[in-house]
Amino acid sequence: MSTPEEPVPALSPLDADAVDAALTRALDAVAGAADLDELKAVRLAHSGDRSPLSLANREIGRLAPADKAVAGKLLGSVRGRLTAAIAARQGELEAERDARVLVEEAVDVTLPADRTPRGARHPLELLQERVADVFVAMGWEIAEGPEVEAEWFNFDALNFGPDHPARQMQDTFFVEPADAGLVLRTHTSPVQARTLLSRDLPVYIACPGRTFRTDELDATHTPVFHQVEGLAIDKGLTMAHLKGTLDHFARAMFGPESRTRLRPAYFPFTEPSAEMDFWFPQKKGGPGWIEWGGCGMVNPNVLRACGVDPDVYSGFAFGMGIERTLMFRHGIADMHDMVEGDVRFSQQFAGVL
Amino acid sequence: MPRIPLSWLAEHVALPAGATAESVAADLVRVGLEEEAIHPAAVTGPLVIGQVVERTPEPQRNGKTINWCRVDVGPEHGEVREDGTVGPRGIVCGAHNFDVGDRVVVALPGAVLPGPFPIASRRTYGHVSDGMICSARELGLGEDHDGIIVISRLGLDAEPGTDARELLGLGEEVLEINVTPDRGYCFAMRGVAREYGHSTGAAFTDPGLPGTVTDVAAVTRPAGGGFTVELADDAPIDGVAGCDRFVAQVVRGVAAAGPSPTWMQRRLTQAGMRPISLAVDVTNYVMLDLGQPLHAYDLGLVAEPVVVRRARPGDALTTLDDVGRTLHPEDLVITDSPDGRTGARLLGLAGVMGGAETEVSGSTTDLLIEGAHFDAVSVARTSRRHRIPSEAAKRFERGVDPQLARVAVARAVDLLVAHGGGVADDAVTDVDRTVPAPTVPLPVDLPARLVGVPYSAAEVTETLETIGCRVAPSGDTLLVTVPSWRPDLRVGVDLVEEVARLRGYDAIPSVLPAAPGGRGLTGEQAARRAVARALAGDGWTQTLSYPFVGADQHDALGLPADDPRRRALRLANPLADTQPEMRTNLLTTLLETARRNVGRGTTDLALYEIGLVTRPVEGAPPAPQLPGAVRPSDDDLDRLAAAVPPQPRRVAGFLAGARERAGWWGPGRRAEHADAIAAALLVARTVGVPVQVRPDDHAPWHPGRTARLELADGTLVGHAGELHPQVLTRLALPARAVAFELDLDVLLAAAPREPLQAEPVSTYPVGKEDLALVVDADVLAGDVEAAVRDGAGDLLEELRLFDVFTGPQVGEGKKSLAFSLRLRAGDRTLTAADAAAVREAAVAEAARRVGAVLRGA
Repeated sequence: MSTPEEPVPALSPLDADAVDAALTRALDAVAGAADLDELKAVRLAHSGDRSPLSLANREIGRLAPADKAVAGKLLGSVRGRLTAAIAARQGELEAERDARVLVEEAVDVTLPADRTPRGARHPLELLQERVADVFVAMGWEIAEGPEVEAEWFNFDALNFGPDHPARQMQDTFFVEPADAGLVLRTHTSPVQARTLLSRDLPVYIACPGRTFRTDELDATHTPVFHQVEGLAIDKGLTMAHLKGTLDHFARAMFGPESRTRLRPAYFPFTEPSAEMDFWFPQKKGGPGWIEWGGCGMVNPNVLRACGVDPDVYSGFAFGMGIERTLMFRHGIADMHDMVEGDVRFSQQFAGVL
Repeated sequence: MPRIPLSWLAEHVALPAGATAESVAADLVRVGLEEEAIHPAAVTGPLVIGQVVERTPEPQRNGKTINWCRVDVGPEHGEVREDGTVGPRGIVCGAHNFDVGDRVVVALPGAVLPGPFPIASRRTYGHVSDGMICSARELGLGEDHDGIIVISRLGLDAEPGTDARELLGLGEEVLEINVTPDRGYCFAMRGVAREYGHSTGAAFTDPGLPGTVTDVAAVTRPAGGGFTVELADDAPIDGVAGCDRFVAQVVRGVAAAGPSPTWMQRRLTQAGMRPISLAVDVTNYVMLDLGQPLHAYDLGLVAEPVVVRRARPGDALTTLDDVGRTLHPEDLVITDSPDGRTGARLLGLAGVMGGAETEVSGSTTDLLIEGAHFDAVSVARTSRRHRIPSEAAKRFERGVDPQLARVAVARAVDLLVAHGGGVADDAVTDVDRTVPAPTVPLPVDLPARLVGVPYSAAEVTETLETIGCRVAPSGDTLLVTVPSWRPDLRVGVDLVEEVARLRGYDAIPSVLPAAPGGRGLTGEQAARRAVARALAGDGWTQTLSYPFVGADQHDALGLPADDPRRRALRLANPLADTQPEMRTNLLTTLLETARRNVGRGTTDLALYEIGLVTRPVEGAPPAPQLPGAVRPSDDDLDRLAAAVPPQPRRVAGFLAGARERAGWWGPGRRAEHADAIAAALLVARTVGVPVQVRPDDHAPWHPGRTARLELADGTLVGHAGELHPQVLTRLALPARAVAFELDLDVLLAAAPREPLQAEPVSTYPVGKEDLALVVDADVLAGDVEAAVRDGAGDLLEELRLFDVFTGPQVGEGKKSLAFSLRLRAGDRTLTAADAAAVREAAVAEAARRVGAVLRGA
């Protein structure tokens, strides 16, 4: 369907030589296209609707039936080669363009990326979570209790009678008025009693939490501090199970070489009682024992106060300072940094301890 | 805590040669006596005996006269003359109580006296003083600074050049141990020596038994005929008599007010007590040695009979510390009977402190020595009530051996006679109402069952006998009679500890128990962690603060006078009088943390804290006083629960300065109220609870920039927004700082209990519509948004308010809110008609609720 005004380079679909020559011209032009724009022009000129090859192709319909097959085959092959060459060149040129553009778009990736402020967890909180995870992994559960506590839970239930010297040695914060019967808990041990009164046996719980003593803040003391309490009550539990649990916990906190050592001690709520030390391979000045906390077999009077029959059940309890654990684990020399809330202290720590 | 000079300890137990304070500490810790401190020798360096060979008084222009002395300090320490011979040293001395020929104590250059006070050669008063002639006080041997020590007056003699540290016991380290409250018997050399024997097997000789430090006959012959003593406690505490043993003996003609012997003074000083006089020193010495507190009365001031009774209303006493005290009817007192009025005059608080009136004075020669046994609870209460933590009270409240008094009194009497002259009366008073030590049944396998070490019956028996128990087997049980000095051994587990302790805790194996399967963290615990992490991830730094606050801090926050947050729990003994209350909200203490950070130069600050606050309930009942060792009734447990104030867990944040920093990317963005609200919403979203935002006016926030966060039912969750400018000014915090505080417990209680049931995700195409609505300027965007959301219905997938516009184009007093809507159906592709219907419905609902008009309509 040619039109009179078309500049028709008469290319006969049966003139194989002329068709080949057109193809050669076209392929040369494709190879010579320097960029995508040139290639586009080449494609229009040599493979567009009005290109000689397209027009020749169109002529096939007018040929005698005998010639149609010959011409069709010739032009089909030629046009296929051209199309493939264009596509290949297109791919090459696009790759070149992309490579150039990506180079041009390069930036200095070392420029600061801290557009939004950085947050951080407090390491005492992170450590308590880690401690909880260690116990949860053993099948223990995490229990909690109030910080302002009834004296009965903080003392009497734990076998500290009202006149017991140990009760006076606790450096307790008392609540007004005097007959309120409330204190700031001096240890996490009241959670033992709360747990035993509210849960079915057996019980295996750990309780991280905040505790209070009337110490002035200095490098090694703080009136507000954290402990983790452990309590296991079951049939047939012994001090050997206590030792095994502590050894495991020490390894989890201070590495596979750590372990614990027990020394005789006294606490009203345990009998036998022990002070525990942990072996600290990374201790400054050489490996050594570090005091960690107190522990023992739960005193039968504590079990009775919680309605547990000491002739059937036994168990152990232990408690240690979170601050102390953090100090040794992370080489913190002064308590002030842990309690003052300076963001620079928390920001030293990663999201996991 | 008790101080243990090793030379003293060695009197009762065989210390190996070369034992040091450190080695003894290591041995004692194994049996549960922890080292508290090792006190270094009082004097280090050369301290020698010198003999005064010349003393030349030289008056000075300042009116003083000094003595220029030549002192022979032996060949080793003497002054080397030019010709190579050695002679006496030249020493300037200001005291005059000595003469040529006296032997004195000389600190040579290089010595360090207590203080520390280093000695060096120095030029003074025209001489080179080459050392110092010492007084008792300079050596830490007592308070006597009237003059220098002449050793012959101490009953000592030694050649010049002799090491005086050795002679006076000043070179010895002293071990201080920590004694746990159950083991009062270790507040004496007797008990510590016994434990050292238990730990090491060293031979222990019990000085508390007749015949070791006293004549056997003196403590076993029948008592009687002595000073009359009546035990008349008509109000025993918990049925326990205040005094069940009272031994007394009279000594006459004693130089009671004179000094005690040097060795005794030295030991008292080493043990941390001040030597005072023979009578006082002897009673203290015997107490430190044996553990029995004693009291010496001036016999001439005491009228028979002595009566031990409870205080009566109106009884008052001035104690030895010169404090006048009004007594409590529960106080046990020692009285006497002047003018035949039995028990009328108060002599002392039994077992706690004596009275000033019958104190031994400079003229006392006749003494009445008291050795008694008082009830631990009674003494503990009196000591606490009157705040007298005396040495006697410390021992009685921890338990004193009731069978010790006779030996202790005899020992004290012997020492008084030996060092103060005089004669003891033959007659001894011994009112003895003690009961035999209890017999404790111990199932023979209990130690093995509780400790996890297979102790044999023989091992258990032998161990208990080692500590002084008598053990009689009875079937599977051992009947254990405990020794009188171990009142702490009352039940089976106490004996189990003794077995475990003496057989060694090191023998206990390590066995990890297998707990039943646990359920992991509770939902609340997991949610709290998620909140803490979410805020940290959002750029906030977690801090902790002490919960102690004062009313002035509430003033600074501008809390109204009747604000419930001012109703705080008060501490009876706060660390700081200015902060006697427990915080009722987190911001009060969080803002202090912020101040500290700002003060240290941090300008861009984002802090958060998660913690408990205390919200006392007005008129809450006191917690009931309930006994231990008994399960409280359910009613009592309810009463306990009602008395403990609610302590909700809160989360609060403070933000100041840049929320986004300036940088190469362009300018930063200052924190504003919306950042606080966004953080609050982040917390709520993290725990899965929808909250709505409403305007509010709530201190310490800016009244026009405060959001109230509430649950769908209107329950208050917390507040967020910009802080009040006056609050920020008062606290010197940066202007325009913002904050939030939420009750996490309220949020967690509202969190879904059941797992969320997920909506299927539609894969049909999205339809987008924008909508600009004009409303009155005071209409809340949140209300418009809610209307659009409700009007749009189920096809609305997402709604965002993306622009707020005011200006003449929308009219005076109006604003235009532009929303983008994303629409999608779960079951089909939406048609243009569907989208138009949603738009129409949304506009209609907004028009109905808030008078909105489609912009341009």
